[in-house]
Parts: sequence; C-alpha cells; structure tokens
Amino acid sequence: MPQTRTPVVAGWFTGDSTDEDFRLLGTRCSACSSVFFPRQDVFCRNPQCAGGELTEVPLSRRGTVWSYTDGRYRPPAPYLSDPDVPWEPYTLVAVELAAERMVVLGQAAPGVGVADLAVGMTVEVAPGVLIGGAAAGTDSAPVWTTWHWRPVPSEGTGGAQGGAA
Amino acid sequence: MTGEVAVLGAGMHPWGKWGRSFVEYGTVAARTALGDAGIGWRDVQSVVGADTVRGGYPGYVAGATFAQALGWQGARVTSVYAACASGAQAINTARAQILAGLAEVVLVVGADAAPKGFFAPAGGDRPDDPDWLRFRVLGATNPAYFALYARRRMAVHGDTPEDFALVKVKNAAAGALNPHARYRAPVTAEQVAASAVVADPLRLLDICATSDGAAALVLSSMEFARRHGATNPVRVRAVSTVTPTYPKAVLDLPDIATDSAVAVEPAPESFRASIARAAYEEAGVGPEDLSLAEVYDLSTALELEWYEDIGLCGAGEGAKLVREGATALGGRIPVNPSGGLASFGEAVPAQAIAQVCELTWQLRGAAGRRQVPGARVGITANQGLFGHGSAVVAVR
Repeated sequence: MPQTRTPVVAGWFTGDSTDEDFRLLGTRCSACSSVFFPRQDVFCRNPQCAGGELTEVPLSRRGTVWSYTDGRYRPPAPYLSDPDVPWEPYTLVAVELAAERMVVLGQAAPGVGVADLAVGMTVEVAPGVLIGGAAAGTDSAPVWTTWHWRPVPSEGTGGAQGGAA
Repeated sequence: MTGEVAVLGAGMHPWGKWGRSFVEYGTVAARTALGDAGIGWRDVQSVVGADTVRGGYPGYVAGATFAQALGWQGARVTSVYAACASGAQAINTARAQILAGLAEVVLVVGADAAPKGFFAPAGGDRPDDPDWLRFRVLGATNPAYFALYARRRMAVHGDTPEDFALVKVKNAAAGALNPHARYRAPVTAEQVAASAVVADPLRLLDICATSDGAAALVLSSMEFARRHGATNPVRVRAVSTVTPTYPKAVLDLPDIATDSAVAVEPAPESFRASIARAAYEEAGVGPEDLSLAEVYDLSTALELEWYEDIGLCGAGEGAKLVREGATALGGRIPVNPSGGLASFGEAVPAQAIAQVCELTWQLRGAAGRRQVPGARVGITANQGLFGHGSAVVAVR
C-alpha cells in the first residue's frame, strides 16, 4: 500500500511536481504589489496600502544564502519526529530572494551540511520530505512533504552578500 | 523633571532550577522589594504582574495571582504579556498609572518556572499560530535563530567564535559576583570551545539557559517618594516599548520569512536600534551619557549586536569592544555587570524587571563587588518575539 503524501502545511508550495515546476507559493497585493510568505489571503499588511486583492503567486526559484545553521538536537513537538529513531542533525538555511526582496527560511536538502554552505551562495528550492519526519517507512503513516533549499552546483559560491542585514 | 517615577524598592528570588511554583518565587521577590522600599503591602494601590505562559491560568492573570498570594487588600490589578519584554511592559504600565494619577505606589512582579530544554509553543494543533508553525514546519528552535544571526555576523563583520566566547567569559566573571545569579563559576574560553555545538556556530555555553526566578520593583510618584523620605531615589526616566515598522527586513523569532521590501523601502535603522533610540529620546540622554547597560544576551553573539544597537559603537564594531575589555567590569562602559542572561538563564517575565533591579542597585552604589564606580545613568534593552521591544533608562 503506497504511503500518503501530505504537505506539512497546506497551500505554501506546489503539489507533487517535478523539480523544475516546484515553487513556494505566496500572495501578492494587487494594489501595492507587496508579496507575502507565509501567504496572507485576507488583508495586505503594508500600512501605506489601502488594501488590494491578494492573489496567489509563485516565489522565485533561486536566491542567495543570507545565513544558515543546523539543529544538533531534536526539536520539541509539534515538530514531527519519531523519538525511537536517533536524531540526525539537519541544516536550516535563510535565503534572500532578490525579486521579492525578502528572506525565507527552510530546511536544506538531505546531505547538505553547514560546511557545504556560505553566505551569498546561490541556492534553489526543491521538493522534499520533512527531515526526521515521524514514522517514515511505516505503511500507515503519511510522508510529510515540504520545501528544501539546495546549492546550485554549476554556479560559483561566495560573492555578493545580501543587503538585508 | 515631569515624566519620572521613583524606584523605591527592588527585590529578587535567586535564579536557578528550584522545582517550585512561580507564585512562590514572585511572592518572595515582592516581599523583598516591599521591604527594600520600606512600604507596607497594604499601602500598595496597584499590582502589575508580568504573565507567564507556563503557569496555567494563574500565569495568565499574574497580577491577581500575586495580589492573592500577598493577601487580597483591594488594590487594582493588571496583567500584561509581551513575551521576553513582558517585564518592561509591566514597568511601563505601572509608570503610566502613576503619571496619570491613578496610583501613587505600584508593585511590579514577574516570575517564571521554566522546563528543561528548548522552549516549545503551547500544545494542540494550531496551524494559524506562527510560533507553532515554525516548530511544525522547520523545527526552528530559539537557538536556531540566534545561530542564524551569529553566522551572519561572522560573514558580514568577520566576528569569530572566539569573539563570542569572550562575551561568555566576561559575563560569567560578573555573574560570579552576583548572589542572585544561577551560574556563579568563572568560565574560560577553552570551556566555551569545549562545550557541545547546539546550533552551528553556537555552543551550549554561547546560549542562555532557561531558569526559575523572580524580580519585583516598587515604583511611586516623585511626590510620594519625597513624602516617604526618599530624597534622592533612582528614577525611571524613559520606557520604550516601540514596535517594528513595515517592512521588517530582519528575520526575528518566530518568523519563517521577513516582510517583502518590494513596495516600501525598509527603514535605515534596525528594529533593535529603534528600541534604544526611542528610550534615549524620551530620557534626553545618549549613549555617551551611559555608566552601564544591561542587554538581552540570549546568545553571546547577540550581545555584540546590542552594543551596536544601543549606540556604544558603529555597525560591525561590537567584537572590537569586547576584545578591548571596554564592556567588562572596570572597562569604559560595562555591559551586563549583573552577569546577564549568561549567568542567570532566562526566566521570561522576570528578566526585563531583573535588568532594572540591577540598574537600581548600581545607581544606588549598592552593587557590592560588581559595582560600576559613580554610576549615574543606565539603560536596559530587550526584545521579545512577535515584535516586542523594550528599553528602560534609569538615572540618579
């Protein structure tokens, strides 16, 4: 019996799709063009905006690393993690998106450690599953899908740093 | 000067892991502060409690909880919550009541009993709560955010883990002199470097613990203080409780993303810098007037950011200050002479009140072996999640 694939949060990224089509989903205000992620669906939060219609918009696929760290210890609930499986550290990356002028956090793809990253490096979003997700491998439990950031292999590292300090 | 209130009394329950109720800690701190002020509990006209989310219903109504524990005597009660800034908001509420003429003498109390390990959000299935979501979707603990800032400083300013360790060494040396601190042993840079990595590049000894503890203040009008015989009390001259401006371009707890700056240019000044600036403007003083500062060192690296945000040095120069010893006891501008969160651990609603307790003792010249000589002006700075900043300027 195939495992069910369930987004860890609904409506924040495209459904099961190829790497090329996968995107984070935010919303954009029709009046002031501000972008919101996590998505705002009711009110624009720009205080200078009278308020427009908020429509879904895919975020840029690529960005540059603003900062990064890892989690050497198991996070507490509600993180979905099987306490019977030894904790494997995972990496968190904050990525600056130039077009949206914002920084978005995410887990790094499996196998990407802090030694593989540098501030200013180009990364891209990719579909993935929650690292350490609960009871993965059992037939009845869902697989929790999410987004990951991964280095773009062909491009140089380092270089321009983001301006959002 | 109009707008000032007097600090008549300060008191604490020592920080630690005592395994008892926050109500007990808060009541001990309140009784100590009342004794220090020479004020009878029945003469207090208002009690402001800083809430704890860890104490169940009594924690949500902290003002009433402490009033009941001290013995109902009819005073008005207020309970406030602003995450790590709750204590400063409690002080500000008391000040507003005094300046508005609603009360002459107000007791401010904050206390917490913290669990071991990472702070976690409230239970249940709450996908509309950003604090719940950051744990659910990313497992992003508080130290993860501290580590993102630390790594960013290393990349942008050239700070090193050795610089961060110097902050711990400095604060542990001060905390060793403070009887209210939880950790009272000196710490070496080698011990910091040998402690386990929690969130790269930060190690266990770079990150503040979670603690039990309580702090209380008795505040009054200047007129009441004179009648009470306090001719030259420590005075609270400013309390800043400003919020960020859109778009907030720095990732703060519990954000999963910053605001987009597509439509509006971000303010040139960071949110943290705006917190201190508002306090300085209200007090009519500047960083050059300071004798000492108490800042929220949730991590060693974050203390260096505060140096810059409260105007002790320019952007990126924080590490230079700690390397020179300028912010140590005996330095040009001691920061966290109490020992800071590094020596206390965080007891959330008590912590911003504890910062003002330290200013009070320093400005009275009553800080014992950690006394900053001739202290006249002090500032506290603090930031709580969900956009709560606070800073208090006290003078004597």
